[in-house]
Amino acid sequence: MDHPTRSPISRPPTAVERGIDRVFRFACSSFAWLTIIVMAYIVFEISWKASPAVQEYGTDFLTGRTWDPNTSEYGILPEIWGTLYSSLLALFIGSFFGIAVAVFLSEGYLGNFVFQILRLFGIQFHRFWGKLPTWSEGALKNLVELLAAIPSVVYGLWGIFVVMPMLREPCNWLHENMGWFPLFSTRYQGPGMITASFVLAIMILPTISAISRDALVAVPPKLREASYGLGATRWETILSVVLPTASGGIFGGIVLAFGRALGETMALAMLVGNMNTVDVSIFSPANTLAALLANNFSEAGSDEMKVGVLMYAGMVLMAITLVVNILGALILQRATSGLKGMR
Amino acid sequence: MASPENESSPLGEIELRQLERSLRKPRTLLSMFLSLFTSVLTFAALVPLVSVVFMLFYRGASKLTLSNFYELPPTAFEEGGGFGNALIGTIIMVVLAALISVPFGIMASVFLAELGAQSRTASVVRFCAKVLSGFPSILAGVFAYGAVVLVTGGFSAYAGGVALSILMLPVVILTAEEAIRMVPSRMKEASIGMGATQTQTLWFVTLPTALPGIITGVMLAVARAAGETAPLLFTALFSNYWSMSNWSPTSIELAEPTASMAVLIYNFSSSFVDNQKEMAWSASLVLVLVVLVTNLIGKSLSSSGPTR
Repeated sequence: MDHPTRSPISRPPTAVERGIDRVFRFACSSFAWLTIIVMAYIVFEISWKASPAVQEYGTDFLTGRTWDPNTSEYGILPEIWGTLYSSLLALFIGSFFGIAVAVFLSEGYLGNFVFQILRLFGIQFHRFWGKLPTWSEGALKNLVELLAAIPSVVYGLWGIFVVMPMLREPCNWLHENMGWFPLFSTRYQGPGMITASFVLAIMILPTISAISRDALVAVPPKLREASYGLGATRWETILSVVLPTASGGIFGGIVLAFGRALGETMALAMLVGNMNTVDVSIFSPANTLAALLANNFSEAGSDEMKVGVLMYAGMVLMAITLVVNILGALILQRATSGLKGMR
Repeated sequence: MASPENESSPLGEIELRQLERSLRKPRTLLSMFLSLFTSVLTFAALVPLVSVVFMLFYRGASKLTLSNFYELPPTAFEEGGGFGNALIGTIIMVVLAALISVPFGIMASVFLAELGAQSRTASVVRFCAKVLSGFPSILAGVFAYGAVVLVTGGFSAYAGGVALSILMLPVVILTAEEAIRMVPSRMKEASIGMGATQTQTLWFVTLPTALPGIITGVMLAVARAAGETAPLLFTALFSNYWSMSNWSPTSIELAEPTASMAVLIYNFSSSFVDNQKEMAWSASLVLVLVVLVTNLIGKSLSSSGPTR
């Protein structure tokens, strides 16, 4: 018998190959570590560059209402207010629509609808048509998610030319007839809180609907079937069984969307009006932290204090968004792990 | 049971009647109303998408000409013009960002999915990536301003690329990890059984199998980066000139302020000149088409990946 030839594949790795293996594994783990380092470096860099301004202005910076480079007086209370207010308004509108979209997509409405139509035409068991309900649902889901793919600067442009003129009539009507109500107490000028929040709501809608849909789909079918079995209507089931079970996931999605809204820049810089005012009225122009940074950073030059002041504002924005994002991620993690046990 | 009128079995009859849901009962009506309401809200949510796309074609397509692609942006009183330098600038910066974030992201995701999947480091890295993916884009710009612009002493394509790479990184890491995780373990075991090292298994079995998923992540990241404006406003700034002296890749001036589509749209959106406003719409149309097509290609790749 001849000795079997040594094929190049079925032999133990040579010393060189083992060396390469070790180097490659080391490289991979160091890049993983580098992700943590990058994250830490971002936080450090922004805080470090902000430190001269932090020492100079302290907490007065957070409560001051003027922004005047000529007198070196800086305060970002209007921006903090604008950021939180516009995001909350957007969240209010966005989650209303977003959860509706999620329920619509997860409870099989569209599939059912398409199926009924097909049955009207007597088509039930064809291989091609039978897949249509699933396809239609996938298509609708993708369409909603395409909203997230449109760049925010395009939303800004669209907001200027479409939303602003569209809102003029109803907002003026509201101001004239219900001006005593604090929310409508100023005149609508175009750029302002309501315009920005409206566009912002559209931008965060895909986040809310995608995460909520995942949470709703993860609800064990057994719960739904048990509820129908007891004679509950579809919406009794949704309201008292499905939504409460998925509420953790939905809430996590809303918190993450809130984080998105807080950090969103371009649409707000173009639509919010950039005025340092603190006003409850939703028609008044305002400003946000992100818009402030977008408008002022390119002119800061190398003046350490000017850069520092903007970095301080960036640091405040970073602190707010990091807290919100980490909260959202934690809530989602807990919600998904909670549902796994029920299956 | 044959004739219910005579030998009425009250039990059966009542049960049957109760099983039927009367359309006049408020709870049935409420359910139907809410169903209708949800459907209306869902389709209302699509109105903005339709409106944006319609406006882009209505205002952007009519003024879009071929010369837009190779001419410089118009000044206030100039007719015509284009966004050639912005298109090239966007490509340059996205390529720069991809050069940084794609190898970085894939290496890190290999660690997350294969080498240290269960380790504490991996869970921290995963968490960092998730937090980074929700990180406001403008803060990436603020970071790049502090770390690159202030250090090198000027606005540059480099700084823009660094800012964009921060935004691309988490997308690449998270999708690539998912893709590598989906590779059947039997394939890897077979490779290791043949005597291959872990690196060889990764290079010749795992990564090629996971490639469609990884490319999906890269495409999504590129689509995201191409549309970003905020981090470029004060890292790459803008330029009204070409970022190269002649048409060769070696003459690209990476250390100079660089134009980008997104910043051009922003600058021209508030212009008082009609020509520049129209230019903003045309540029938006091109940008949205590029972003959407990249997105769709990425998504279709992930769905057509190897079936397991």
